[in-house]
Amino acid sequence: MYKHEKWFRFGKDLSPERVRGLTIASFMLPLILWSAISYIPALWHPEVQINETGDSIYFDAGDRVDVETFALENKNLADSDSIPMVGKRVNPVYFPAPHEVTKAFYYAFVTEPRRDGEPWFHESVAHSVRVVFWGFILSSLFGVPLGILCGVFTTFSKLIEPFVEFFRYFPAPVFGALAVAILGINDAPKVAIIFIGTFFQQVLVIANTTRTVDFSLVEAAQTLGAKPGRLLFKVVIPAVLPKLYMDMRILLGWAWTYLIVAEVVGTSTGISWFINQQAKYRMFENVYAAILVLGFIGLGTDMILAAIGRQLFAWEGGRKSVFSRLFSKTVPAPAEAL
Amino acid sequence: MMNMPSKLNLPSYKEQSQQVKARLDEVKSQPIVIEVDKLVKEFPSEDGVRRILDQVSFKVHKREFLSIIGPSGCGKSTVIRMMACLEDITDGLILVDGYPVSEPGADRGMVFQKYTLFPWLTVKKNVMFGLEVGGASKFDAERDALQWLDIVGLEPYADLYPAQLSGGMQQRVAIARALANKPKVLLMDEPFGALDAQTRAKMQAYLLQIWKKIDITIIFITHDLDEAVYLSDRVLVLEANPGRVQELVEVPVSRPRSPDQFLSPEFLTTKIHLEELIHPSAKETQDEFEVVKMVAREAD
Repeated sequence: MYKHEKWFRFGKDLSPERVRGLTIASFMLPLILWSAISYIPALWHPEVQINETGDSIYFDAGDRVDVETFALENKNLADSDSIPMVGKRVNPVYFPAPHEVTKAFYYAFVTEPRRDGEPWFHESVAHSVRVVFWGFILSSLFGVPLGILCGVFTTFSKLIEPFVEFFRYFPAPVFGALAVAILGINDAPKVAIIFIGTFFQQVLVIANTTRTVDFSLVEAAQTLGAKPGRLLFKVVIPAVLPKLYMDMRILLGWAWTYLIVAEVVGTSTGISWFINQQAKYRMFENVYAAILVLGFIGLGTDMILAAIGRQLFAWEGGRKSVFSRLFSKTVPAPAEAL
Repeated sequence: MMNMPSKLNLPSYKEQSQQVKARLDEVKSQPIVIEVDKLVKEFPSEDGVRRILDQVSFKVHKREFLSIIGPSGCGKSTVIRMMACLEDITDGLILVDGYPVSEPGADRGMVFQKYTLFPWLTVKKNVMFGLEVGGASKFDAERDALQWLDIVGLEPYADLYPAQLSGGMQQRVAIARALANKPKVLLMDEPFGALDAQTRAKMQAYLLQIWKKIDITIIFITHDLDEAVYLSDRVLVLEANPGRVQELVEVPVSRPRSPDQFLSPEFLTTKIHLEELIHPSAKETQDEFEVVKMVAREAD
């Protein structure tokens, strides 16, 4: 196979097998590290969880104490001929093991809320997704057209971009209090924060992307008689779409990062609320489970969008998309129809 | 190369055979399709304005094949882009069928040096683009597009994307796309400049074939003198800084053209004449050399 393939070559691709292997390793290595620290006591385990208190009057079963404190207490107990404590080395409560997080991942979804009226975990997740979705959609609704116009027409660019450039340096969270005052305490201010966090970047990013369009395509269309409307919708927009789509995937990632800030504005909701609750109960495995859910939603969405993008923009590699192949199967070619 | 004329006993490029003269007279008797009248182009620069083109005027007749050549910086691309109205006109007029034009339009089709096919459209849909702009129904546009692709020999590739075609094939599609609109004049801005030598030779043959089949006037920019002589009825030579018309040369090579003619006396004499027009003559080079020597002396 690729027996003599080198691992490090400037700007060269690796074999598909290696690429696949590295992708798996990219997830496996952190997992292995995490497992090692969790399951091999010699590596860290700085605390002792007490199983039997013996004659100690200071500690209860289940307490976690420093190794040093545990040793000192046991030495004191031994000196006074008392029964020593029995315990096992553990990691701190904020560092749960993989199996605990995996369990929590499952139980988080099936555990009833502690109090009446509190949302289930899946409802919290759905709430978060909803907030991001609306923030991002609203931002895109204005940001994308405005970005494209700025990219195409210098008049729009010079009128809009200087202020946007200035505004984007205001961190979105500083508008939290203002958003609550204006929009109330429900989801509106949260959506507003995500909007503010996304919109200004979006205009600039998409304007720049639009400027990278090969404008000789526009000129070609002009010499074919195309007028401004058609130039915009049939040339500039199709030309910019693949890169714009890529931008949108990256921007969606940014919108997610604003979620946690947005959710603590006004009343705390969604995954952030869940995380804060669980941290208060010191259920850290649930905290990690919730964080992982955020990661999975983000990565999952992006992978789905990437797959859709590969089909939508199959022409970039000169391929036919799955959609068009489906379509061409169901609709007979004109020659056959006649 | 430049010593050749003295050794070869070549006729003057102005000598035309009966057949060639008849052909050129016929071309010149045709109505004028596009006229460039005292065209001026200025760009703002650090010290005021820089004049790229100065009072360029010429007329192109129906069915004519006119090439424009000139040293780099003579503004030949600017002329053709102004004819397509892709550049603003500082002064002067572009007249199509006697009427001044100020906007790009389908009456002046253009083929660029860069491949400008729309990468998201199939070959067929690229050719249909202009037809649909012109208001043709989808059915008519598709039928016409396939016909035009047949003319450039690419009908079997109708459903491929541009990225799947070679550079030469892409340029043929671009020609079909421009011609499908039935323009009054086809403007070609170094269309084969990005192609390798073999493909370029093939494309020149293709273009002559197409031009023979179709009633079209062609204005062709090139920096390749062989190409200019091989393809054209007349060659407009521009000089640089600022771009001015130097001479309008009638090509005395008979038609139909074939690559065998590259070494014919008419071909060579025309090419040598163009070469002399474009590149500074031996005398000027001598003068420059004198200047260098003078400067060197003063430096001592």
